[in-house]
Amino acid sequence: MRKSLWIVGAAALWAATAVAQPLSVPYTQLTLDNGLNVLIHEDHSIPVVSVNVWYHVGSGREKPGRTGFAHLFEHLLFEGSEHVPEGKFDQWLEAAGGDNNGSTDSDRTNYWENVPSNALELALFLESDRMGHLLAAMSEDKVDGQRDVVKNERRQSYENRPYGMAFLTLGENLFPPDHPYHWPTIGSMEDLSAASYQDVVDFFRAYYGPNNASLAIAGDVETERVEALVRKWFSDVPAGPPVPPLDPPPAVLLQEKRLLLEDRVQLPRLYVCWLSPSYYAPGDAALDLLGSVLSDGKSSRLYHRLVYDEQIAQEVFAFQSSSQLESTFCIIATAREGHDLKEVETAVQEELDRIKTREPEAAEVGRAVAQAESSFLRGLEEVGGFGGKADRLNAYQFYTGDPDYFGEDLARYRAISPSDLSSAARRWLRDDARVVLSVVPEGRRDLAASESEEVRDDA
Amino acid sequence: MTHEARAAILLTAVLVLTATVGVAQMPDRSAPPALGPPPSLDLPPLTRFELANGVDVVVLERHRVPVAQALVLVRAGAVDDPEGKAGLARMTAAMLDEGAAGRSALELGDLVQALGAELTTESTEHATRIGLFVPTSHLEAALGLLADVVARPDFPAEELERQRLDALTEQLQARDEPRAIARAELAHAVFGPHPYGRTPDATSVGGLTVDDVRAFHQAYFRPDNATLVLVGDVTEAAVRPLLEDTFGSWTGAEEGRRPAQVGVAPQVEGRTIYLVDKPGAAQSEIRIGRVGFARSTEDYFALTVMNTVLGGSFTSRLNSNLREDKGYSYGAGSGFTFLPTPGPFVAAAAVQTDVTDKALAEFMKELEGISSIGDEELERARNYVALRYPRRFETVSDTADRIAELVLFDLPDDTFNRTVPSILAVTREQAEAAARRAIDPGSLAIVVVGDREVIESGIAALGLGDIVDLTVDDVLGPAPAP
Repeated sequence: MRKSLWIVGAAALWAATAVAQPLSVPYTQLTLDNGLNVLIHEDHSIPVVSVNVWYHVGSGREKPGRTGFAHLFEHLLFEGSEHVPEGKFDQWLEAAGGDNNGSTDSDRTNYWENVPSNALELALFLESDRMGHLLAAMSEDKVDGQRDVVKNERRQSYENRPYGMAFLTLGENLFPPDHPYHWPTIGSMEDLSAASYQDVVDFFRAYYGPNNASLAIAGDVETERVEALVRKWFSDVPAGPPVPPLDPPPAVLLQEKRLLLEDRVQLPRLYVCWLSPSYYAPGDAALDLLGSVLSDGKSSRLYHRLVYDEQIAQEVFAFQSSSQLESTFCIIATAREGHDLKEVETAVQEELDRIKTREPEAAEVGRAVAQAESSFLRGLEEVGGFGGKADRLNAYQFYTGDPDYFGEDLARYRAISPSDLSSAARRWLRDDARVVLSVVPEGRRDLAASESEEVRDDA
Repeated sequence: MTHEARAAILLTAVLVLTATVGVAQMPDRSAPPALGPPPSLDLPPLTRFELANGVDVVVLERHRVPVAQALVLVRAGAVDDPEGKAGLARMTAAMLDEGAAGRSALELGDLVQALGAELTTESTEHATRIGLFVPTSHLEAALGLLADVVARPDFPAEELERQRLDALTEQLQARDEPRAIARAELAHAVFGPHPYGRTPDATSVGGLTVDDVRAFHQAYFRPDNATLVLVGDVTEAAVRPLLEDTFGSWTGAEEGRRPAQVGVAPQVEGRTIYLVDKPGAAQSEIRIGRVGFARSTEDYFALTVMNTVLGGSFTSRLNSNLREDKGYSYGAGSGFTFLPTPGPFVAAAAVQTDVTDKALAEFMKELEGISSIGDEELERARNYVALRYPRRFETVSDTADRIAELVLFDLPDDTFNRTVPSILAVTREQAEAAARRAIDPGSLAIVVVGDREVIESGIAALGLGDIVDLTVDDVLGPAPAP
């Protein structure tokens, strides 16, 4: 055994770094006359190119009574456009060896095609046709068809999934009724039923113009050729009306809400959630690392206490989920058989109090930063799909205004000191401004955290 | 690969151009743009060598990002679980990093994290896989930890207790997951007493001891029963001495056991519906299966193309019908699990409760109809599988998984470069013949996990076969005692 050789290396790690040079994804940017922002990045590692479009609209823009519409609309974008008969969008891409998908959240909607590099122009043709010529092919039937699919998506992802209704309840209770994050992106069944053909027309005209979108192309391509093809296919798409920024008054929690839901589950689960700083705002990265120090790895604070040492929980997660306007930080713990959420909450609270009053060890933060660095490198391995380089360029463009924010983003994590984590916890994770939700097996309210009130089903 | 580029990490050179085009021309949209010839995948050769102690090593250099993926494959998996000890291979895999070479589980975990590494241990039917993803700047230290975990695990008794409590709680939680229930029942229904039909339960997991784990490790974790795959920003010359330093001292027990030789499971007889009651379920989980094929079948490519038409892509018949046409589901599909001996074929969907019978009828229609395939859908399926193939080598982890397939199925090294032309060469006759061979609609195990009170009469009216009513306990065994 040659322990000595490498244990020396490991001991010196807190100072060492996995990423020696500045992290960067070089790109070329252009803006068409219609306002379309275009980002091009060459990577010739494998003969693949990804075309990625972000429309700067999400469920946060939905009108009352139409929750879930932005996501239903995303589905409709795959159902054909004026020059792409229904079904052909997918068939033509598959015949070219391509994959595609899209996703919607509260802030934005994204779409991508990963294709062999010879099929770049097909992907641009398809994206430009649905950006410029969608409504000519829209019909009541298409809306009805995807309405059924989306309702089944809701059943599969929420209603038929254990604890699936918890996040819907949390959003409603963290954000006030008029805040864009109050309702879930998937929407309510009732509102999905109400969505109409006219809603599709209005939404498309208001939000799907090129001036409210960003197109990133990354992969095995030559920049000049991409530029020419983008001009060819997108230049005639008319601009839409300007889209003013969404600027609601910040959500404020003035109390601790203690709630209870019954579900068809075996074990009770505790959710503790707070409002937290938006993407890339001060405190965002510190809370991200705090989540890691609390629950990533066997010696992380909450895992070690609840799962490893006391063995009262099966699993525990602490994480910052960042969004454009505001974020949330949540701790989630599932109790083991024979333990209740009062016990779990007490342990969670003690660990929170501890990290607020005494800063973590440098080694704890060092491990969290090392993991963050490694995940940045992993992110550079793919050009396409969700989280690939094309998607990241569009994400950084949208959230920071700088598509190549890779290096700055990583620098945020490296700059954080142990005391930053404690002060972020003190500032953002207050005991008197949070939502504590107990999800318990049917008929077992006795397992809930203390003083929890049943959630009324008025969603 | 056309050419390798170390383009990922460079100093920024951003060029901002502004559009100067005035009047926009209307492009011709009357037909989709013609495609040029598809690019070819041209992988660099695999480097193979053997360490002094007999460990086989396969290295593939990929220099795009400074990361590496190591993967140790030990030929022992769930099929090697002794009678009454289902879950032992899995428990052994889970215990590997719970203390090794005198370091505690916590110390090991801390070191791995500090290296920015990710260490994973898992067991499959025929193999235990220990994976390590790491930035290459920390490769040397991380390989040392990997070797300790594979060759020198300590198996502390108190860690086994933790893992057992974790596994038993997972057994309890599986009761909440219709998908987990459906998966287990399909394995039972298709394979019965065959090793592929065994699933761990609270009794078998509850009885596992440190001695069981130690014996399993001693029997199978030996240099002559393991292969190490390494993919990434490395060179053979640099990693050879590193691997000798870290893995070279591994000897293993003198007398090991050979991995189990598994026979071919008998085919499903007739058609039976296994209805597992999940009162109040918003959807029914449907699984329809039978015994499929071994990876070595000469029909491998034809079966793959045929399945793509049936349920292997978004535009496949199953998804087009059940999702796009009927709106019964968020997605429907099918697939073969190719193993050293024939694994399962499964068609699957989660459908809304009140159309369960109608959805089953559509499944049957598609399974009956797949013996006739059209030219257009055939070409689309061939291209979809063949032309996407290069993307399966995009990350170091995916690439290591591809190499693992070569190792575990004893495939020749030119398999990668032969795959694309072999798929493109599948004819309509071959695909239809594969369908007739693989999909006999009269021989199927049909599993439905859903709200029996609502769905049973409709299913019975279809007349597909006898209905066997099951409870969740029948499938997963009695709930573990606290």
